[in-house]
Amino acid sequence: MAGVAVSTTINGDNVEYLCQPDETLLDVLRDRLGLTGAKEGCGTGDCGACSVILDDRLVCSCLVLGAEAEGRNVETIEGMAHGDKLHPLQQKFLEHAALQCGICTPGFLMAAKDLLAKNPDPTEEEIRFGLAGNLCRCTGYDKIVRAVQDAVSEMKAA
Amino acid sequence: MVEVTLWGALGAAAGGKSKIDVEAKDIRELFRKLAEQYPGLEPHIERGIAVAIDGVIYRDTWSKELPQGSEIFLLPRLVGG
Amino acid sequence: MNFDPRYSARSFNSVGTRPIRPDGVDKVTGRARYGADFNMAGQLVGRILRSPHAHARIRKIDTSKAQMLAGVKAVITAADLPDLTDGDAAMYDILDNCMARKKALYDGHAVAAVAAVDARTARQALKLIEVDYEVLPHVTDVDEAMKHSAPVLNDSIFTEGVEPRPAKPSNISKRSQFGHGDTEEGFRHADKIVERSFRTEQTHQGYIEPHACVASVSSDGTADLWVCTQGHFVYRQHCAQLLGMEASKLRVTSSEIGGGFGGKTHVWAEPVALALSRKAGRPVKLVMTRDEVFRASGPTSATSIDVRIGARKDGTITAAEATLRYSCGPFAGTWAEVGAMTAFACYRLENVKTIGHEVLVNRPKTAAYRAPSAPMAAFAVESVIDELAKEIGMDPVDFRIRNAAQEGTRSSYGPVYGPIGIGPTLEAVKNHPHMKAPLSRNQGRGMACGFWFNFGGQTCTDLNIGADGSVSLAVGTIDVGGSRASLSLIAAEELGIAYEQVKAVVADTSSLGYNDMTDGSRGTFSTSMATISAARNAIKTLRERAAQMWDISADDVAWEKGHAVAKGGKHGNLGKLSLKEIAAASGTTGGPIAGHSELVADGAGVSFATHICDIEVDPETGATRVLRYTVVQDAGKAVHPTYVEGQYQGGAAQGIGWALNEEYIYGKDGRLQNPGFLDYRIPVCSDLPMIDTQILEIPNPNHPYGVRGVGETSIVPPLAAIANALSNAAGVRMTHIPMSPPRVLAAIEAKQAG
Repeated sequence: MAGVAVSTTINGDNVEYLCQPDETLLDVLRDRLGLTGAKEGCGTGDCGACSVILDDRLVCSCLVLGAEAEGRNVETIEGMAHGDKLHPLQQKFLEHAALQCGICTPGFLMAAKDLLAKNPDPTEEEIRFGLAGNLCRCTGYDKIVRAVQDAVSEMKAA
Repeated sequence: MVEVTLWGALGAAAGGKSKIDVEAKDIRELFRKLAEQYPGLEPHIERGIAVAIDGVIYRDTWSKELPQGSEIFLLPRLVGG
Repeated sequence: MNFDPRYSARSFNSVGTRPIRPDGVDKVTGRARYGADFNMAGQLVGRILRSPHAHARIRKIDTSKAQMLAGVKAVITAADLPDLTDGDAAMYDILDNCMARKKALYDGHAVAAVAAVDARTARQALKLIEVDYEVLPHVTDVDEAMKHSAPVLNDSIFTEGVEPRPAKPSNISKRSQFGHGDTEEGFRHADKIVERSFRTEQTHQGYIEPHACVASVSSDGTADLWVCTQGHFVYRQHCAQLLGMEASKLRVTSSEIGGGFGGKTHVWAEPVALALSRKAGRPVKLVMTRDEVFRASGPTSATSIDVRIGARKDGTITAAEATLRYSCGPFAGTWAEVGAMTAFACYRLENVKTIGHEVLVNRPKTAAYRAPSAPMAAFAVESVIDELAKEIGMDPVDFRIRNAAQEGTRSSYGPVYGPIGIGPTLEAVKNHPHMKAPLSRNQGRGMACGFWFNFGGQTCTDLNIGADGSVSLAVGTIDVGGSRASLSLIAAEELGIAYEQVKAVVADTSSLGYNDMTDGSRGTFSTSMATISAARNAIKTLRERAAQMWDISADDVAWEKGHAVAKGGKHGNLGKLSLKEIAAASGTTGGPIAGHSELVADGAGVSFATHICDIEVDPETGATRVLRYTVVQDAGKAVHPTYVEGQYQGGAAQGIGWALNEEYIYGKDGRLQNPGFLDYRIPVCSDLPMIDTQILEIPNPNHPYGVRGVGETSIVPPLAAIANALSNAAGVRMTHIPMSPPRVLAAIEAKQAG
């Protein structure tokens, strides 16, 4: 099958790749570009471990085709920190131990970043519903919610 | 001499006894003598038996001493998650 | 072992603090590498063909067309994994589960596998494999499987533990019994007896990371395996035995693990990946899909349980009985046995009897799931305990306190308890503000207790001190939830240095001695013991080196707060040498400084928890919502309290999912109907409230710092706590888990209909 040539922007960098027409953006990121921060937990859009931000919209990259990234902006977990300075959400996830195994963490951080971009001062309920598309099996979500709440306070103060 | 209590299924393999007196100083000697006296127990020992000494469960420390007068209880070796 | 594991009271500098974990930054930046994040040059993609039938004889497998497909490099069946288990029945079952030999025993059972240049080719190749099945009658229900009319899965199974041995094979692989006293006599003294039957459906551990590995077998017989696992040494043993390799020639490197909860304690597809690599002569990456994870890995048992408990009006339990039937999948197990041991472990009983039946069904091989078998038994027992308390007009907490096991109590599974924490957790619950908070209409509060054994096991740890004074700690137990942070705290505590000076890693199987896997809540308990031992060995060397530097006897050197200190009046002017100073001089005082430890950590100490929960039920739909949740559990000593809380909260959340939503649903055709996260719904963030925790610290006498395992017990009480809350909210006694909206609604409507 002939490949599709794609030119896109990932974490601010221009990237070009060839992919199969039926290949997901998740597979392109992981297998062609070596960006393995997005994880495949289900492949059906149910777990959110593969969450990335596509043109300011949170998507499950397992439900987006690689070819659909043409001319668009893709933001992945690998682009969240600025150099060695962590994003406040990343820092708060560490401080609150909002991760145990950590496999869901990149997806949660993407979802939380997207949530705060749209609602900089969410209530606990808004955080819980905003993150309801991401599954975590280790934490019971308590420390994740607290980490996001703490990041909100810090980002408001900044 | 220590008195050893067996759990249900193990008792059946020891000829229906639930308590056995054994002259043993540690878990290793206990297992050796049990296998000698009750050959039906040998496959159970090979599959794994845990030994509770005064309530503390030992699975692998065969050198653990069996203090005189202590309560010795044999249990199935368990798995965890 | 010269190491003395006994507890001695002391104050701590590092232990009990809450620093950031050493693997944290990699995990929040996407750099941490899990099972599927590793690749090798020239690797192939492995895929497995699975049976669509619940029970079928495999007459013939024709792989010729698949082998002819361009890009296919290897196709294997059971013939490529000959039986090398040498009479080891448990290993044979694992082999048969990895690749069906004569019969497919459940929907999803592996029957063949391919390795191809890419995923698309591999998928095409699977479609070209022709399997000739003779479909057989199947049984998936635990009670149905016990009937005489049920199809027998394995005609070499004759119920063990029954005298005389049955004449006919059956699906009941084993009967076990525990208890003491005379229950019939006990029931005669009871003023009230409550007797009920319960069912719980099968659940999956639900780890977010599917099983994944990369296998590379070389023509010289050496091999490498990269894999997500709870025990890489155990995986090495299994794979080496099943493939006929020498264990030392197979190096297994554990990836970061994306959750396990018992589901990654034995091999599933790893031997298949190695066999494919051996045949193809190239590395093979094999990653399960979520559908495969549900159909062919995990899950826990489905159960059917009868409980009967009697009590006097004064609140004393006079007798307790339970009969427990647990599904094992198609292979013999000991799941009901563990359920039978744990069922009444919280209570002080004069007359108790529990009977377990292991039941074979056409479902995936049952695997351990966090305190395996205990949650179902606790659901049944704690539901009846609550009902009985009501019958005799006693507060359910007081009723439990009155009957709680304590030091000196003969446990229902046999031995007499040492110091234990059930009483203190109940007292803490009784005094907890949660118990006095007001409730509204359709709301109810419930509580329940839980027990788990906790294990220790074989453990090996290396502690190496660099010339710059930094310390690397190599452990062999997989870090499933922050144990590298806890173990670094332990090393820092023992050496008297800062946490930041220690870096803990999980070593591969060629770099460290054998370790049992991280199961039975043993990770931090066992490896902290080995770490303390290794640190004490290193301190001995540090003292000797300091003595050399001072030119005095090592006997005159003590170790205090990270420094060598010369003891005695004649050395009063020598001052102190820091670990850093001694390390810097190590090149000329005898070379590198290290401490090793190999030990069996036994005496883990049993664990208890009591949970409180408030729920609200919608009488129109039967939907139940958890409003507030509190976990009280004994940790012995919380090394890193934040991660202890995390274990409590995570276990409670899994229990809540089990109680309200999660279940395997099989069709009449014996096929799993919901093998995905959409239809097998685990709790999401908006389903849960904050989960409050209270850590009790009743030191374990068999650990130097008093540590107990904390990982598993918190999944035990939630099923019953929620059922009891529902009973108080809606006046219905739910006896079937999960308490999904249709079941709750049916119960409410039945009650209204009178």
